[in-house]
Amino acid sequence: MQESDRATVEPAHDKAPGVGADAPTGSLLGYSAGLLFALLLTGASFFVAQSHWIWGPGVPVGLAVLAIAQMGVHLVFFLHLSTGADNTNNVLALAFGLLIVTLVVSGSLWIMAHLNANMIPASAIMEMH
Amino acid sequence: MTRAPLTDLPMTEIPANAVTATGRGGGGPAPVRIVVAYGFWIFLLSDIIMFSALFAAYAVLSGETAGGPTARELFDVRHAGIETLCLLFSSYACGIGALSIERRRMGAFYACCAATFILGATFLALEVSEFAGMIARGAGPSRSAFLSAFFSLVGLHGVHVTIGLLWLVFMVAQVAAQGRKEFVLRRLHCFSLFWHALDIIWIALLTLVYLIGAR
Repeated sequence: MQESDRATVEPAHDKAPGVGADAPTGSLLGYSAGLLFALLLTGASFFVAQSHWIWGPGVPVGLAVLAIAQMGVHLVFFLHLSTGADNTNNVLALAFGLLIVTLVVSGSLWIMAHLNANMIPASAIMEMH
Repeated sequence: MTRAPLTDLPMTEIPANAVTATGRGGGGPAPVRIVVAYGFWIFLLSDIIMFSALFAAYAVLSGETAGGPTARELFDVRHAGIETLCLLFSSYACGIGALSIERRRMGAFYACCAATFILGATFLALEVSEFAGMIARGAGPSRSAFLSAFFSLVGLHGVHVTIGLLWLVFMVAQVAAQGRKEFVLRRLHCFSLFWHALDIIWIALLTLVYLIGAR
């Protein structure tokens, strides 16, 4: 863009570019909907954990699904993460953060489970002496 | 920033999404508010990654009780439920507070900040009483690897809540002293991001430690 064009795009004012943009961050309806969803999901989590409606070994999976859903609700309704253009960088950073978190948690669990499985039992070590 | 009408530009230089797409390079530099929130979001993600290491440690060590009390004996799910409600409503109050100051309703803003603080402090008091009760029962952090992991994970979240409460007090004082200035609003925005992110960590904590652990 040439200098002459720039002058027509940004009229002279005494603020740096980008200062003073007053974009609303949310609405009462948004926060209330978020709270409602969060309460419903929390209630569902407690119900799943304490009742016998779900097959026992499946309960942790159900709880994980509900927890992830609730994190999504918090991200969208409280942290205002969206698909909007101003949010592209935030979403990409979140994706990278999720990758690292997944690697750290699942990697630790995987490695430690293998170490546990391959460990010589303490009684066997005693017999070796 | 009020943008000049784009019709002054030669047509070839206007991206299709120029009006809204500051994040994609069109329509001039992104508003400072967006840039600051992005930087703070990066910090929050790094914080979440730090928590993920402690979550991994807890998940690995949750069975290593060394003959001591187990999760099922120690945790009270109803207690954790009340703590969750405190945090959820505190977050909601924080959000309504952010809306109020945007709309220049200062009375509502201070009331929401007070509610945010009281609910957060209630959460913290419940957590401290839980910790004190466990230590009194001989289930302190030095009892077993499971309890060391538990106290570092839940304790770190508690430390974050404490820092958040202090930050809230500073922000209210700043609003009272400086008014609705641009930098004050940006800091408030960062605070509300921090406070909401603590909720996300608590959801993971509640599910892994209390709901799955106490079954």
